Amino acid sequence: MSEAAGQTVETHTPEELARPTYVLNNHPFGWITDKVSSIVEDKMPRWWNVAFGVSFLTMMMCFVMIGYLFTTGVGVWGLNHPVAWGWAIVNFVFWIGIGHAGTLISAILFLLRQKWRTSINRTAEAMTIFAVICAGIFPGIHVGRMWYAWWLLPIPNANSVWPQFRSPLLWDVFAVSTYFTVSLLFWYMGLIPDLATIRDRLRKNAGKLTTGSAKLINRFKQFMYGLFAMGWTGSNRHWWNYEKAYLLLAGLSTPLVLSVHSIVSFDFAVSQVPGWHTTIFPPYFVAGAVFSGFGMVLTLMIPMRTLFKLEDIITIRHLEYMCKVIIATGSIVGYAYAMEFFIAWYGGNPYELYAFKNRAAGPYWWAYWIMISCNVICPQLFWFKWCRTKVWFIFIISIFINIGMWFERFVIVVVSLHRDFLSSSWGYYSPTQIDILTFIGTFGLFMTLFLLFIRYLPAIAIFEVKAVTPQANPHHELGGAKTKNGPKKKGGGNQ
Amino acid sequence: MSQPHAILAEYDTPADILAAAVKVREAGYKKWDVHTPFPVHGMDDAMGLGNAQVGWFTFFGGLIGFVSGMLMIWFMNKFDYDIVVGGKPLFSGFAAFPVAYELTILLGAFGSLGGMFIMNRLPRHHHPLLANERFCAVTDDKFFVVIECDDPIYNDQETRVLLKSTGANHIEIVEDAE
Repeated sequence: MSEAAGQTVETHTPEELARPTYVLNNHPFGWITDKVSSIVEDKMPRWWNVAFGVSFLTMMMCFVMIGYLFTTGVGVWGLNHPVAWGWAIVNFVFWIGIGHAGTLISAILFLLRQKWRTSINRTAEAMTIFAVICAGIFPGIHVGRMWYAWWLLPIPNANSVWPQFRSPLLWDVFAVSTYFTVSLLFWYMGLIPDLATIRDRLRKNAGKLTTGSAKLINRFKQFMYGLFAMGWTGSNRHWWNYEKAYLLLAGLSTPLVLSVHSIVSFDFAVSQVPGWHTTIFPPYFVAGAVFSGFGMVLTLMIPMRTLFKLEDIITIRHLEYMCKVIIATGSIVGYAYAMEFFIAWYGGNPYELYAFKNRAAGPYWWAYWIMISCNVICPQLFWFKWCRTKVWFIFIISIFINIGMWFERFVIVVVSLHRDFLSSSWGYYSPTQIDILTFIGTFGLFMTLFLLFIRYLPAIAIFEVKAVTPQANPHHELGGAKTKNGPKKKGGGNQ
Repeated sequence: MSQPHAILAEYDTPADILAAAVKVREAGYKKWDVHTPFPVHGMDDAMGLGNAQVGWFTFFGGLIGFVSGMLMIWFMNKFDYDIVVGGKPLFSGFAAFPVAYELTILLGAFGSLGGMFIMNRLPRHHHPLLANERFCAVTDDKFFVVIECDDPIYNDQETRVLLKSTGANHIEIVEDAE
């Protein structure tokens, strides 16, 4: 740059603005280890026992309902002509959608270098796995003769019959089972260094124990955590391969999660039914899935953070970010609803147009408007900072999102089926008590698994949270770097 | 009989361990490692590690997944049980794609995790370091440099002096209990 002669040039070093840290109050590494491990090591608080008892009984109710279904037949459900896909498929799509937020947080946010994910990814991934388990139950028990459910898999059988791979229902079998397996691998891989942490803490505490039974329990736990920790020593030669494998798994999970709900949407979109036969379904389902999943992440995370006093690790800022994802995906969902209507009119197909008019003003109008108010209006409140930072308010909205997204699937499945081409085959579908209790029961299964997860596994990725603190940065003064020249950096540091 | 396995030096901060790693590498050691509670940024370069080779396992896993998926569907729907459904072709790459795609990801994921274990020689549950009292803190808040005693240039005195010069706050010999 050339300067005019005689002009004095003032030089500034731009002041470095302090970045807020992901973990509040600059706790040392040991604090993070203690805080997260203590949940696993200490006796569970009373609320946990109560919550576990209730969840366990609800889960048992689910199994009783399924047992009744097995012994009696699918007639115990409200399915009939013309609605042959009722609550079971609604619940399947609902639960599988919930899972998608976990993979988005663990894989897509990882690829996008969103370091705030470290505080929430472990819990969100666990949620994914448990939600997929709940989802997997429904198609399995929906097939009529459940003891033939294995025909879905390409297993040689006495009739020399193979599955028919031109059907999207079979694509779904592969998509969901791959999704479950890969989510489990990814989750387990993230757990390995933290299981080693628990193993080492148990070993350190073993000397302090006095009673024989405590020693025996300690040895058993050391064995179990140690077994799954695979002899992890934190070696950098191991981290080197580990981080590469983690990156690759994130890279594989990203196209996977996008494909899973796309393939779920093919179950509908590949058919001819008005209201299903649309090309917008794959992106619209994926956005809806992430939207619903973030609703569930918040529903689980907010009580967990309060009850275990994790406010310094899962901060308001984390909740705010999640609310912002909800605005984004909620707006995509709202746009998709509008676009579906527009295309139904613009496409000039009278059956299509009728299907959409029937959604908004037909006998199931209430379901449609619950969906619109929960999914389109509710998330827009998060444009206001107040709404994004009041924890109880976020919690309430997250519940509405869960409700709204269940109704979205109800609208798509039931309302499209109940009136199609011929008015002679129209009908009205209502669930039976068995339908309702089975669905409620899956929440018991979900919560039982989730509570056990909190009880026995580190619910926050200890090593990942440590790695995003300024103390972990070897070039930051909190990480031990010596600042050679100039004034000291202000604030939490560069992350 | 127990014999010395390695020399262990403990550090408090990521900056210290990073500087120590550079020194140990420059001194020419080959059989040495750094143990940290989390991956320290820049450590791979400091240790002179190149690109990790796990990607090959992922690649071949994915390749096997895709090819076997396509072949499986061709075999089942076109060759072994060829029945026309809805007038659709017996085999079409488009209809077979979703399943082959999922299998690509499935086997790619197994390849990544399995590759990580193979490259790391894990599981190994009886590593001498795991029996060391002090080393427990590696998964908590301490950082360690470990130089194995059978490194060609290892020397009891000189290695200890080198580690001391890097600012280690504790140095000890890890025994290998046989």
